[in-house]
Amino acid sequence: MVMGTGQRRTKRGVPEGLWMSCPDCKATLYTKDVEQAQNVCPQCGHHFYISARRRLDSLLDQGSLEEWFTDVRPKDPLEFVDRKAYKDRLRAEQKKTDLNDAIVCGRGFIRGRPLAVCVTDSAFSMGSMGSVVGEMLVRSIERAIDLSLPIVIVSASGGGARMQEGILSLMQMAKVSAALGRLSRAGGLYISVLTNPTMGGVAASFASLGDICLAEPRALIGFAGPRTIWATVRIELPKGFQTSEFLLEHGFVDRIVSRHDMRGEISRIFDYCGK
Amino acid sequence: MEKIFQLPFEKPIYDLEAQLADLEAKSVSQFGVSDEVRRMRRELDNMKRKIYGNLTAWQTITVARHPNRPQTSDYIELVCDEFVELHGDKAFGDDRAIVTGFAKIGDYKVMLVGHQKGKTLKERNERLFGCAHPEGYRKAIAKMQLAAKYRVPIICLIDTPGAYPGIGAEERGQSQMIANNLLEMSLLETPIVCCVIGEGGSGGALGIGVGDRICMLQFAYYSVISPEGCSGILWKDGDGSKEKAAEALKLTSNHLSRLGIVDNVVEEPLGGAHRDHRSTAANLKAQLLRYLRELASQSGEQLVQNRYEKFRSMGVFEEGDPADVLANASA
Repeated sequence: MVMGTGQRRTKRGVPEGLWMSCPDCKATLYTKDVEQAQNVCPQCGHHFYISARRRLDSLLDQGSLEEWFTDVRPKDPLEFVDRKAYKDRLRAEQKKTDLNDAIVCGRGFIRGRPLAVCVTDSAFSMGSMGSVVGEMLVRSIERAIDLSLPIVIVSASGGGARMQEGILSLMQMAKVSAALGRLSRAGGLYISVLTNPTMGGVAASFASLGDICLAEPRALIGFAGPRTIWATVRIELPKGFQTSEFLLEHGFVDRIVSRHDMRGEISRIFDYCGK
Repeated sequence: MEKIFQLPFEKPIYDLEAQLADLEAKSVSQFGVSDEVRRMRRELDNMKRKIYGNLTAWQTITVARHPNRPQTSDYIELVCDEFVELHGDKAFGDDRAIVTGFAKIGDYKVMLVGHQKGKTLKERNERLFGCAHPEGYRKAIAKMQLAAKYRVPIICLIDTPGAYPGIGAEERGQSQMIANNLLEMSLLETPIVCCVIGEGGSGGALGIGVGDRICMLQFAYYSVISPEGCSGILWKDGDGSKEKAAEALKLTSNHLSRLGIVDNVVEEPLGGAHRDHRSTAANLKAQLLRYLRELASQSGEQLVQNRYEKFRSMGVFEEGDPADVLANASA
């Protein structure tokens, strides 16, 4: 399924039909063509949403993924209820995405080289980090240290730290960052791939801590949401604010890499930083 | 006593206090303290205990944000025997929202790092109400690393609505700097003690919050998001549901100690910290000294290992075969 994302908050999961339109160049596209192009607009290169599993398929050598920690599932420690109960939200998100939580982790290969890899999925509760995402990241990082593997973490987390798990979500930021500190001390390589969107507590923890930070073009990446900032400063935000290009310009991203080139770029970094 | 800002639910307390003051003034001319005065003092204490013993989560937030609540500068005054402020991040500027410097507390020399909201309007504007920019977090970690070099223990006083959400903050890497602090604090080979003294606003709080011991004042709060922000996103009614959000987020000291996030709750004097800075500071000082003593014997390596495990164990999830989990739950 191809889903529209982007800064204008297009509804997710709309174009189920044969044809879809690109929110950037407005071209009418044949859905199959877009899917074949890893959910990238063949006309203008707009990067659509791609699920964590499909991302892994496109990133790793064919069939090389060995998934880890597949039986870790979220709970509802705060018994959180807003307009809906968190328990019900979880069930709905699980059904919608066929995931336990907003992340898939495992070991795979890129051009014959093994790596640990974790991908968050923005279709599950905005890709937000609660206890499960934090735990699975830490376990993956620890395993990468044990097995001397490089680790690639792909972030697609507009939700930041997950509100419904309250303070426990906030603490995941410290927990994952501490694990990355260990990895770094152990001499392990961490490549962070920032995709649309990566915000809040995810941006302010593991997503920014890569030895190398790569970003897909025109992704929304930042700490505070544009609406929050506008509400505080009440002046018009600069054009292209909080995009990958903005981050590159301000020195927080090493390279902007299109989804098609990601495999090749990661493999080249392995060449330089491998042991 | 200077006029202090009254919270709506405190009105009965202030009314009774006014009555008591009247009565006391009258009874001065007579001999001794009348039974009536004594009775009323008892009543007042009971009232404070009752009101402050039953605060809603939202009321707690208003206490944590009380304009007369003691701030880092008050604790520097009341807890520390000396304070040598160290300014600047050596890269961009000196963020006034975070204060850093050497301090003496009892027998200990420490590095003190704390958010400072400011007291007058002028000071608040300078310090942006304790909302730090990336340079503030950079300053904080630089001073902490300096302290770690000489195994000077670090004390972090947390009191911020959140890291500053602005254009400059994003341009200068707000998320990058907070993330850096989380990673670097986890590796510092010196004791780190954190206390939430007022507002523990999300990443802005955690950015100086990775410690070996974490405590909070009784009526402080610590949360992943402000109740107003949570209301806007989940209830979609602006801040209309902030009271419900505050309740749902479980952000009070009671909840947080039950969740195992804070190690201790530092008691506040009757009627809240804003009513009595001195005894609040005394309670805080006692707690900080206890922590410093506890941690003094651990080697740098042990501290880092234990700190890692402390945060490593945070989080609630289930695993295993769903059928087994069900069976265990019903057993």
